[in-house]
Amino acid sequence: MTDQDKNTVEESTGLGDEGYSAAAEVGLIKARRTFSENVWRGLKSAPPSALFGLVVIALYIFFAIFAPWLAPHGEAEIFPMSYAPWSDEFIFGTDQLGRDVLSRLIYGARNTVGIAFITTLLAFIIGGGLGITAAINNNGWLDNLLSRSVDVLMAIPSLIFALILLSMFGANTLNLILIIAVLDSTRVFRIARAVSLNVVVMDYVEAARLRGEKMFWILYREILPNIMPPLVAEFGLRFCFVFLTIAALSFLGVGIQPPTADWGSMVRENAGLIQFAEYDLTAALTPMLPAAAIALLTVAVNFVVDWFLHKSSGLKD
Amino acid sequence: MNNQSSGKKGDILLEMRDIVIDGYSDDRWHEIIKGVDLTLRRGEVMGLIGESGAGKSTLGLAAMGYARAGCRITSGTIIFDGMDLMKKSEAAKRALRGTRIAYVAQSAAASFNPAHQLIEQTVEATVRRGIKSEAEAKADARQLYRDLQLPHPDTIGERYPHQVSGGQLQRIMTAMAMSPRPDLIIFDEPTTALDVTTQVEVLAAMKRIVDHFNTAAIYITHDLAVVAQMADVIKVLRYGETIEDADTRKMLAQPEKEYTKSLWSVRSIEKPEERSDDVILRVDHVDASYTGSAKVLDDVTIEVPRGHTVAIVGESGSGKSTTARAITGLLPPSRGQILFNGKPLPPTLSGRNIEQLQKIQMIYQMADTAMNPRHTVRDIIGRPLEFYLGLQGKERDRRLLELLEMIELNESFVDRLPAELSGGQKQRICIARALAANPDLIICDEVTSALDQIVQKGILELLLRLQRELNLTYIFITHDIATVKAISDQIVVMLQGRVVEQGMKSEILSPPYPEYTELLLSSVPEMDPDWLDDLLKARGEAASTPN
Repeated sequence: MTDQDKNTVEESTGLGDEGYSAAAEVGLIKARRTFSENVWRGLKSAPPSALFGLVVIALYIFFAIFAPWLAPHGEAEIFPMSYAPWSDEFIFGTDQLGRDVLSRLIYGARNTVGIAFITTLLAFIIGGGLGITAAINNNGWLDNLLSRSVDVLMAIPSLIFALILLSMFGANTLNLILIIAVLDSTRVFRIARAVSLNVVVMDYVEAARLRGEKMFWILYREILPNIMPPLVAEFGLRFCFVFLTIAALSFLGVGIQPPTADWGSMVRENAGLIQFAEYDLTAALTPMLPAAAIALLTVAVNFVVDWFLHKSSGLKD
Repeated sequence: MNNQSSGKKGDILLEMRDIVIDGYSDDRWHEIIKGVDLTLRRGEVMGLIGESGAGKSTLGLAAMGYARAGCRITSGTIIFDGMDLMKKSEAAKRALRGTRIAYVAQSAAASFNPAHQLIEQTVEATVRRGIKSEAEAKADARQLYRDLQLPHPDTIGERYPHQVSGGQLQRIMTAMAMSPRPDLIIFDEPTTALDVTTQVEVLAAMKRIVDHFNTAAIYITHDLAVVAQMADVIKVLRYGETIEDADTRKMLAQPEKEYTKSLWSVRSIEKPEERSDDVILRVDHVDASYTGSAKVLDDVTIEVPRGHTVAIVGESGSGKSTTARAITGLLPPSRGQILFNGKPLPPTLSGRNIEQLQKIQMIYQMADTAMNPRHTVRDIIGRPLEFYLGLQGKERDRRLLELLEMIELNESFVDRLPAELSGGQKQRICIARALAANPDLIICDEVTSALDQIVQKGILELLLRLQRELNLTYIFITHDIATVKAISDQIVVMLQGRVVEQGMKSEILSPPYPEYTELLLSSVPEMDPDWLDDLLKARGEAASTPN
């Protein structure tokens, strides 16, 4: 129908015998925007800080994906000269074993960011799923069991707990991901449960239960879409924390194990170079580079999350 | 500061000329109010009526020189007591609001701050503007509570908003508006959220106090019978334009425009009742209670004949909705059973099989919360088709379109989200969702009470037509007697979890009535400007006669 048609329908329906015609209202409502239109509109209205964050994140993803093509040398390739100064061949020098720092930085994006992303995703699947389940089962035995278990886990400082568990089960990448995911899922559980509690009381959830829907369908189709905005915002923040936790664990030597390149361990391995600042400033900067990479990503993610929270919370004016 | 009452009754207090207001949506400005004039004299009450989206509230707020976020007053003049509000600064307009012009919102519950005592909020504006001292204002507030016939007028102000009922809160809000003795009060649907018996008390209190202080008022509502009680003059709005302006009595007696007549005719649907002994559902001596609290249903027995409508009426808290919850299995009865087609239904939801669930469907009061805001119409109606009937793909879509046609909508709605539908359309989609399951029995829980009269009429007619065509059985839960007349064959009157009276519509709606039915029936406003006065007089006499 064209605009003209709609108008004529409205007028001709007017107020004859019916008084109200639902179809005549069609013209009063605008067609939906497509997804890409919405994304574009969103981007146009984004503040500079969020755009900066998005660009930085995109760059990190780019480096992570194309690391083998971008890095001048191999991840664990050892050259004869350790602690080489910055030069044309080794732009940021080499580390204590003679590996190219720039290449390890680039591979580090893949390892550190990738592992942090997988860990966060896993934490959200575990915590989000259980959190919504607990909310559906509000105050039932399952809710109480889950909530109290989470309380117990949260009572122990997570970094120390992670250290204990990693030394019990062995420090490999799989254990690292699983342990941090489980520990972090407690926070996600809390949030998912709290926001779901507002949704489970809605009539449409009751309608789904009356229809005879299974728990998984209610969780996945009825509740999850309605709690996405706070969860996505939380995802960004959690990602930063997981990232920092992994970097911290690597720094302590129980995180990502050599020879895999990782920013946290790179800081630790080359930390000694800082004391040479008065002789060679670039040498002192070498351990700072992975630290800066961590800091930049954290800031960028937070800019984007702030923007997203601002949008989804409706605090527009 | 206290410069009010400078004029006499009959002087022009508010004059709005050629008001145009724009609203912003879809990246464009649209005209919401298209050049409306309004003149209000001192001591006069004007009723502003129309369906939702007519611009009633927007115009009401414009009388304070105020436009909601996303709206702007683009042209026109607003002269309030000789001052042109359009030329006044925002600060000057603020000084008028809450002192000389007051506003009573639809939902009192949402307008009070839950963290402060009621009396503090009642006198806040008066004291802050320095009209009265705090002690004076509080003494006056207590007097206002008394005038508004609130219980314990001397101490009720010390309570917090959650400690009083909705009707009381609405009256306290009126006291708040009245506290600075404004020249003009704008009532925005103040009784829409209340049930009939409470509505009468609130209306009476408002009418008395407006008369008493000779305050001018604009009363916004979509309920004609209510406006007939309150207003001296009535203005009918539609799509932001004035349809008709007239004296209340004249307008009720002989409306000029077609549209105005159609507003009047809403209450005219009446279904001829039919008797039937083919019982589809029997609620058999059912007791129910929520964990740890008193019985909410007490020995309830209801029989529902196939292909007919049973209306369950009663005020809020009478157990109407709980009965529905017991039937659907959400609240298992603590005693008694529910027989469907002669066979007992398992008491809990999880005990019932798909077929038992399919045959009883439910439609909710608030269509907004009954549909998942993230699902499209296709998902909403399509799901029961997949779930119960196993329809997939094209077959499902074909049936979907049939259902949309049944509810008088078309395929352009298939990909809409609930937020992109009007109130009436939403309720139609909910009806289609219930129909999709091919049910025998549909429980309608106050399905029309959140809608305008004209939309209500459309929904009721649709339900009646579907009943004829598909031989559906309805249980219709409502507190609105006009709706009951329109749709039911049988009536069940409930009070405090018990069935007070039950029978054919003609039997229940003809005298002699039991006491409670009488109260309920007599509380329904009628299209007679003297109805409220007569009713109060009659009740006053009854109360003073010792029995």
